[in-house]
Amino acid sequence: MLNIDALTKRFGDKTAVDAANISVGTPTMIGVIGRSGAGKSTLLRMVNRLSDATTGSITYEGEEITALRGAAKRNWQSRCAMIFQQFNLVPRMDVVSNVLHGTLNSRSTLATMFNLYPQADIHRAIEILDRLGIADQAPKRAEALSGGQQQRVAIARALMQDPKIILADEPIASLDPMNAQVVMQSLRTIHEEDGRMVIANLHTLDTARRYCDRVIGMRDGRIVFDGTPAQLTTGVARDIYGAGADFSEAATSTEIETLDRQTTCAAGAYA
Amino acid sequence: MADISLSGAPQRVDDIQSSYMAQVQRRRLYGGLTLLIFVVLMVSGFNIADDRNAGGFWEGLHQIGDYPADVLSEAWAKRADLPGLIVKYFPALVETINIAAVSTLIGALGGLFLSLLGTRGLARWPRLIPLFRRLSDIMRAVPEIVIALVLIFILGGGPVPAMIAIAIHTAGALGKMFSEVAENADLKSVEGLASTGATWSQRMLLGVLPQVAPNYVSYALLRFEINIRASAILGFVGAGGLGYELRNAMAWGPGRFDEAGAIFILLFGTIVFFDQLSSRYRNRLTEGHGQ
Repeated sequence: MLNIDALTKRFGDKTAVDAANISVGTPTMIGVIGRSGAGKSTLLRMVNRLSDATTGSITYEGEEITALRGAAKRNWQSRCAMIFQQFNLVPRMDVVSNVLHGTLNSRSTLATMFNLYPQADIHRAIEILDRLGIADQAPKRAEALSGGQQQRVAIARALMQDPKIILADEPIASLDPMNAQVVMQSLRTIHEEDGRMVIANLHTLDTARRYCDRVIGMRDGRIVFDGTPAQLTTGVARDIYGAGADFSEAATSTEIETLDRQTTCAAGAYA
Repeated sequence: MADISLSGAPQRVDDIQSSYMAQVQRRRLYGGLTLLIFVVLMVSGFNIADDRNAGGFWEGLHQIGDYPADVLSEAWAKRADLPGLIVKYFPALVETINIAAVSTLIGALGGLFLSLLGTRGLARWPRLIPLFRRLSDIMRAVPEIVIALVLIFILGGGPVPAMIAIAIHTAGALGKMFSEVAENADLKSVEGLASTGATWSQRMLLGVLPQVAPNYVSYALLRFEINIRASAILGFVGAGGLGYELRNAMAWGPGRFDEAGAIFILLFGTIVFFDQLSSRYRNRLTEGHGQ
């Protein structure tokens, strides 16, 4: 399905992504992990064509994505939804309008200006919001919502695009553990129920381990690990994060359960 | 544990859908009405204006290209003379640019004082803030051409009245823009300098100016561009420079259109040149230190 071949991105003399090769056969939930600055975001932005690759190619079902221009490129972007760390909604517009922005690729600017979305689309937008459990918030302004709710609106916008691939760039990095779990669970459910491919940048190891079928580790722009969560041993993780022997998985965790596990361990040790 | 419901109660979703649709319909109605009122006002306003117009808009519309076509065809017919004419009018261009440069410098200096004296938190005499603000309002409310006409009447024609006229307008306009920048300046360093016993001018010079300088220079460069245009226009009322020559060439009608063409080329080239130059410097000043 998706083939990334020797994809490279340079900013001046700095190489952000260095000859990345990824091949995905069936819709999978993939977690990309690595330190900040490892090139995870740049990789996803190139897949969405928000930024252009320096060299290398991306093909999706035989179609060369990196060569698309103009309307064809925007059409690809509508088939390949993106979710951002800071949600990137239009704060002053209501939630349903923000979700309806997912259909912009098939709308003219004039129709958008006069807010002429078909009734069927408006109904579908509210159904998607209901699926994500935030239909109550439909008429509110996006800026009035909490971070976790805003991220779910962003997911709803992505679903409104009816995409084959959903890219999530650090979707939970600015959320508290509770909301992080809701958002990751939503992405997992979308993957399982709709059969969409999900590629998520995550900076915590346990999230990737818990929700993803396949984990890709990046370090300094290179792909240093590509396998199942089970193959991701502590040694490999140390290598990805460039950490020393004092590195433990719990140290990068944002999960409540990890904390629980630690406290129970500690409690066990004291007992 | 937070579990998200993936199957909401259908009744409730229907309610939300219908109430949101009602809201959308109401919004569309208001939007449509606003558009209708706008179109009606525009059309009726245009018809009134067209009735009062001496010539009539529709009768004159097809002639709109005649004059430029005359100028262009004559200039093209005598294109061999153009380089010579451009050389001939180059001193006039230099005069126009000089008027603009001097008036921008003097106006920016005036605007600097007006802005510092008219900004809350920075002003030397806080009670006089409204005075300095109104002063800069008046200076930019009066068009350059009006000041120039009055000054030409008093002082006689030439570049000096034009320079004073543009400088007065520039001081008013830049005073407003500068004071908006100064309002956002961080006052902590000013307070620090005040604690050492520095005078007002020392505090402004060392505490405020370094912060606002990039924005001030950028606004002043933008103003310089505008002033080149203004000084060319003031030539029409006898202030010398390129505008004066252009008026002569155009007013005497066919036969000197080649000169008008040469002056247009000079003016256009100059404005493009300074526009490019200043936008490059402005970008460098506002976006960061020389890359």
